[in-house]
Amino acid sequence: MGALIAGFGHRIIGDKAAQVLATSLLFLAAFLSWIVFISFDGHTESIQIMRWIESGTLTTDWAIRVDRLTTIMLIVITTVSALVHLYSMGYMAHDDHFRDGESYRPRFFAYLSFFTFAMLMLVTSDNLLQLFFGWEGVGVASYLLIGFYIRKQSAGAAAIKAFVVNRVGDFGLLLGIFALYFVSGSIKFENIFLIGPELAATDLHFLWRDWNAANLIAFLLFVGAMGKSAQLILHTWLPDAMEGPTPVSALIHAATMVTAGVFLICRMSPIMEFAPETMKFVVFIGASTAFFAATVGLVQNDIKRVIAYSTCSQLGYMFVAAGLGVYSVAMFHLLTHAFFKAMLFLGAGSVIHGMHHEQDMRNYGGLRTKLPYTFLAMLIGTLAITGVGIPLTHFGFAGFLSKDAVIESAYAGSVGGYAFWMLVVAALFTSFYSWRLMFMTFFGNSRASQSTHDHAHESPIVMLVPLAVLAVGAIFSGMYFYKPFFGDHHKVEVFFGIVEDTHVETKGQVDIWLPLISPANAEEAHSEDAPTSDNYSDPERHKGAEGYGDESHNMDRRGGDSKLGKGAIYISPDNRVLDDAHHVNWLVKVSPFIAMVIGFVTAWLFYMTKFNLPRRVAESNPILYKFLLNKWYFDEVYEVLFVRPAQWLGRMLWKVVDGKIIDGGINGLAMGLIPFFTKWAGRMQSGYIFNYAFGMVIGVAVLVTWVSIAGGR
Amino acid sequence: MSNLLSLITFIPLVAAIILALVARSDSESALRNVKILTMSATVFTFVVSLFVLFGFDPSNTGFQFVEERNWLVGLQYKMGVDGISILFVMLTTFMMPLVIAASWNVTYRLKEYMIAFLVLETLMIGVFCALDLVLFYMFFEAGLIPMFLIIGVWGGKKRIYASFKFFLYTFLGSVLMLVAMVAMFADAGTTDLVLLLDHNFGSETLSVAGFQIIGGAQTLMWLAFFASFAVKMPMWPVHTWLPDAHVQAPTAGSVVLAAILLKMGGYGFLRFSLPMFPIASDFLTPLVFWMSAIAIVYTSLVALAQKDMKKLIAYSSVAHMGYVTLGIFAANQQGIDGAIFQMLSHGFISGALFLCVGVIYDRMHTRDIDAYGGVINNMPSYALVFLFFTMANVGLPGTSGFVGEFLTLVGIFKVNTWVALFAASGVILSAAYALWLYRRVVLGDLIKESLKSITDMTSREKMVFAPLIAMTLLLGVYPALILDIIGPSVAALVETYHSNVADHWIIHSATSTASY
Repeated sequence: MGALIAGFGHRIIGDKAAQVLATSLLFLAAFLSWIVFISFDGHTESIQIMRWIESGTLTTDWAIRVDRLTTIMLIVITTVSALVHLYSMGYMAHDDHFRDGESYRPRFFAYLSFFTFAMLMLVTSDNLLQLFFGWEGVGVASYLLIGFYIRKQSAGAAAIKAFVVNRVGDFGLLLGIFALYFVSGSIKFENIFLIGPELAATDLHFLWRDWNAANLIAFLLFVGAMGKSAQLILHTWLPDAMEGPTPVSALIHAATMVTAGVFLICRMSPIMEFAPETMKFVVFIGASTAFFAATVGLVQNDIKRVIAYSTCSQLGYMFVAAGLGVYSVAMFHLLTHAFFKAMLFLGAGSVIHGMHHEQDMRNYGGLRTKLPYTFLAMLIGTLAITGVGIPLTHFGFAGFLSKDAVIESAYAGSVGGYAFWMLVVAALFTSFYSWRLMFMTFFGNSRASQSTHDHAHESPIVMLVPLAVLAVGAIFSGMYFYKPFFGDHHKVEVFFGIVEDTHVETKGQVDIWLPLISPANAEEAHSEDAPTSDNYSDPERHKGAEGYGDESHNMDRRGGDSKLGKGAIYISPDNRVLDDAHHVNWLVKVSPFIAMVIGFVTAWLFYMTKFNLPRRVAESNPILYKFLLNKWYFDEVYEVLFVRPAQWLGRMLWKVVDGKIIDGGINGLAMGLIPFFTKWAGRMQSGYIFNYAFGMVIGVAVLVTWVSIAGGR
Repeated sequence: MSNLLSLITFIPLVAAIILALVARSDSESALRNVKILTMSATVFTFVVSLFVLFGFDPSNTGFQFVEERNWLVGLQYKMGVDGISILFVMLTTFMMPLVIAASWNVTYRLKEYMIAFLVLETLMIGVFCALDLVLFYMFFEAGLIPMFLIIGVWGGKKRIYASFKFFLYTFLGSVLMLVAMVAMFADAGTTDLVLLLDHNFGSETLSVAGFQIIGGAQTLMWLAFFASFAVKMPMWPVHTWLPDAHVQAPTAGSVVLAAILLKMGGYGFLRFSLPMFPIASDFLTPLVFWMSAIAIVYTSLVALAQKDMKKLIAYSSVAHMGYVTLGIFAANQQGIDGAIFQMLSHGFISGALFLCVGVIYDRMHTRDIDAYGGVINNMPSYALVFLFFTMANVGLPGTSGFVGEFLTLVGIFKVNTWVALFAASGVILSAAYALWLYRRVVLGDLIKESLKSITDMTSREKMVFAPLIAMTLLLGVYPALILDIIGPSVAALVETYHSNVADHWIIHSATSTASY
């Protein structure tokens, strides 16, 4: 594994060879990750590599921690990354942003590989600080890649915006790490995972009052996640990030980096579970983002921005799931989303490539015949994202299974129903804007200039192969992974190694867990498919759990044949959302499907039959339309609220306070002193600064010595 | 060898004397010889200082390589290093050859220029090694003179104003320090730092002219030292000399100023304020905290508004020094470890940033940000180097900037979360100003006519940056190199500090309960 990760770190110079080398290395890595994933046995393994920061009680190592969460992320990252590398070989072959003969491709591939390296550091870390290293590393890679078109002013601005907004999140994350260290004295996962209950019982003084430590820490960590995963309030950078080359958008701003926040929440589940208020907040933000982003997505005209808002919205879904405590579902949606969203982006990239870097959908149309394979891929992607499938069964595209799982969980878990309704409405909108994109791009008549349309061409084979691979993922990943992620409480636990968790940890943990588990035990005992969580204290039941493990071993295709190991996620015994979600009303189960159909029909009406309808609707609701088109005016509000005051304050402090008040006072003093000392030194008006200087030094020194000696005696 | 420290301290001075007496500056080859001699002197100093580093035993928290002999009129000459000071010596000897290499193209009064830098090196090393009050003061103050001359003679257009401002600010602070030193001598009867460290200065509440002074003599002395070190650091609000000095100083001068001279203030806090006046430090910590927190936010905002590259970096230096003072007065292991680490890493990073400005200043002779834009087109390797140090300045994990910032913030969080909050917001602001600078200078299309012919870095310039990049990365990835050396000394310092403070409060409460 160490070699696996170090392999990406190499920044490679050299043109053609570099591309091939970087790409093949990543394919190797992807291959190895699949092996790791498939052969992974639920063990959590930690490998120490090197010491990092050690100061007093604070110790940190460079280390690798492998568990189920990590392996899931590993396959997502390396697979998508490898495909994107391959795709980029075609996409970046010609670029108008660069002059002939300019060597930009190695730089691009070096950045991509650097990103992958940082992302892998993030997911394989065994402590928060190394996670933070990866976290910032992907931030930098994202900064570099968004600003890749160095001559484009807007790209530079977008890159800075992305970095700075992310930094606001990082600021929260850092404070969270400090708080955690302050309370627990450690930032290693294996240590902090054990102290969740203690945290919940501890108060921490922060700023003006005492807070519940678990809630506070969870909240601060979530602020970090909000930044990276573009959740409401800190989402503004993501749409702008589309200034980067399209493969980058696919890799970083859809499949991997933006999901880091979700990963963080799932990773920290042993603490999150003890922070109920923060979890409610997570659900609220997630649901609001899903809704907000979907509304904005309705009216965007840039093909990439539509998909960007859709990403934002889907991330909201994941946070809802994570916030409800069904981390497996969040990871499930993360996995399927990675496939279909990467495909949508790469498909969009293929269209853009074919249309000579035209991104406005109003200038597309009728491309179905020109780009048949791309069309097919986009169609599959759209079917996947809108969640097409047969209701009440487990057959359908990836999005059908994972999104419905989220919505069902939301219904089961959210008390007020806010999250549920937001998500259903968002699903409707998702369907609408996705089909709108399809219709505007591939159907109808061409709205492009004749020559552009004529020259539109299908992409080369290196770009189509990744699309094909992702298409397979978008179709089947949902059905294939449904069981271990959501289908059955028990399998989920086996899959994530939670059952075995109890076995190893019993000795050390039993004192901590006992009081918490006991009341839940009684409840859980007659809960129909909860055979596991209450095994912590009961050796008899423990054996039973092992039995279960064996049985499921045969059923579980990916061999959960381990008995020992630590869980990758932690679901508290009180958390029943996962079970309840299976028993929701059939209406609830069908609701996202209905929403999807409505969205599809409306889009069909708007963009296939009655062409003037969209305009009429827009004109009859000008305020709403403007409001959505300008993304709820978030950018403008921030400009007025933060950017300008900061600049104004900076200038004011500089000119007035520094310049007038501080310097004014000092200068007044100095102007009085200098002539005095130069005169005193004997009118050495030779004009050389030396003379003034020495005169002054000697003068002051003598004076001061005299004063001090006289004073000291 | 027992006189190793004196050796490294005085090699540069000897070289300077040789230059002054022997070297001529009338021909091309003579000038070349001057440069080569200076270079070899600084390199030789560095090599010798390596012997000190390798001979140093980190687990011994006392002073090592101690030399002691009598000097004129009963004063004593005493040198030595401990875990806190040794790395500052190393920083100085490491940076000086790079500084000389960076000034390879100086032509105006070359011989005097080199002499000034060599003398400066001696004095800087002396400050970090001196174990005698008088000796320390002499090195500390005399260091002003060469720097004053460097700014005043080889500086920019407004150099006279800047050099006087620099001189007066720092000197006025030092005057108070001298008074306090005399008082210390009067109280303890010795100028030996080792003995002074064990001396308990009076901390009973004094009444001076009707004012009650809690902490008594300690507070007064602390304030006097503070006046000097705070200016040197520089802390808000006495920072305004720094931007002017930086802007007017020649590139090499800025590098020395940022990399080494600023560290004397922090070193002073660690050597004098904290261990010698623990009660006063404890009492006045809130003052330092708030000054530092304001400094971080305030100077970061001011940096956002700058139009001059050097000024921007200078303000960013003030912000980074804010972390240092915070860390020192957090007075726990992480805080002080972080502060020392931050000072060393800031030495490399800010030095490198000033060198970066120097590279394009040498070509275009302007520091105005608006005069640049799109230099990446003609200077790809420069863009890469500048990017690296911009990121290091922002405190990216994996570079040394992060380790220092992180540790100080951890330390401060333990003591005061409000201050930690403000200080951590510097993380956001620093990203904003640093990246904005980078964008305006490096990114974009090359449209300005004047920049069309700009050329990329020469191999000499690359050679200057290479060691700095290596150090920044190395320390970022494996900070144990530094933390292992300073750890035990810092632990000892923290322990004595807290036991002193605790003793005081026990005695204090005992007396107050007795009186009630």
